[in-house]
Amino acid sequence: MSRPEEISPPEIFYGDTEAHKYTANTRIKSIQSQMTQRALELLALPEDETAFVLDIGCGSGLSGELLDEEGHVWVGCDIAPSMLEVALEREVEGDLFLQDIGQGFGFRPGTFDGAISISVIQWLLNADSNTHSPPQRLARFFTTLHSCLRNPSRAVFQFYPSSDDQVQMITTAAQRAGFGGGLVVDYPNSKKARKMYLCLMVGQQEVPKALDGEEMDLDEENSYGLEKRREEIRNERRRRKDSSASGKKGKKGKKDINAKEWIMKKKDLYRARGKEGVPTDSKYTARKRKVYF
Amino acid sequence: MVRLITHNMLACHVKNCTKDNFPLAFSDVELVIRPAPENLEFINRFLPKLDWKALVDTARSLGDTTLPETMPESMTEDQLRALHHVLMEMHVEEGNMTCRGCGHVYPISNGIPNMLLAEHEVGR
Repeated sequence: MSRPEEISPPEIFYGDTEAHKYTANTRIKSIQSQMTQRALELLALPEDETAFVLDIGCGSGLSGELLDEEGHVWVGCDIAPSMLEVALEREVEGDLFLQDIGQGFGFRPGTFDGAISISVIQWLLNADSNTHSPPQRLARFFTTLHSCLRNPSRAVFQFYPSSDDQVQMITTAAQRAGFGGGLVVDYPNSKKARKMYLCLMVGQQEVPKALDGEEMDLDEENSYGLEKRREEIRNERRRRKDSSASGKKGKKGKKDINAKEWIMKKKDLYRARGKEGVPTDSKYTARKRKVYF
Repeated sequence: MVRLITHNMLACHVKNCTKDNFPLAFSDVELVIRPAPENLEFINRFLPKLDWKALVDTARSLGDTTLPETMPESMTEDQLRALHHVLMEMHVEEGNMTCRGCGHVYPISNGIPNMLLAEHEVGR
């Protein structure tokens, strides 16, 4: 399947025709609303309370409609004017902004009770002009977002990364900006239903659980980026411990084995493997040669 | 579609513009009043986030003088209603928002403010 990110910049890709197509397509609509619902679940806003929510990359307001239904007051921003026009036609309740999220937000600190974004932030990884630098734009985006969110609050991003490197890039940028949290991968074993949510937190909170589809313990899969990193840390710790235990000798594992033992071990190994011509053992085996000079 | 609730949260985000960047001043405004369902409890919870002086000044510049100069200690229901009207029902459809610090103009057309910056104005 082709990725729209690889075709053209968002404001051009979502031109008039694509914007109408996108909003009229019932399949896209239903997927979008499912993802929004899940994102709202992960956002965990206090129940029965109206919240002030930021919708990043609101497009034609498909997710905004759900926010309206939930009774939240929201502000949306998008870079594609055609999409915003469609949103106006659909008469959504939120305030709309034409904004490039890579340029950062100008909202006052502590404005929003939460932020959601559906299938947007992968666009930030593209450099659409020679002045765009994805790491810089990511950093600007996350730092300004962090400051305009209330403490404690959450921001949930559904996104489609094309590689693990992209995930890595986004998560490190978010962490640098001061966010906690991590990845939540829903249905990690399904190719189609698999969805990635970046669940970022302002203040101390716990990462929510992912949906598995079947009731299996796929805990490692849940926050797999986090888990991978944890394992790396564990490995490194072990390595460090080993090296410190063996002291100044340097290489591990060779500390208390002498030359003869090593040779005998190798010979045994070769014999066990059935190698031909392994020398027989004798009193001369591994004996040091006489020094002739 | 720019409601004052959003305007009250919006500062200029041009690079190095940190002084006098809030609130953005309206000019050439076309105002539309759209009734919205009342949610006084939300308004009440939103009070601490508001910058009262900026809100009152902006509301007056748009011709609404129902709000008192200083924020009342405890709001009566009528005051909350007036606040609801100012925050949620007044929409700026056309016009400009100008930063008093750096002079950047954010044009509003069709109810959508254009917040795009030129490349040299983007902060790092």
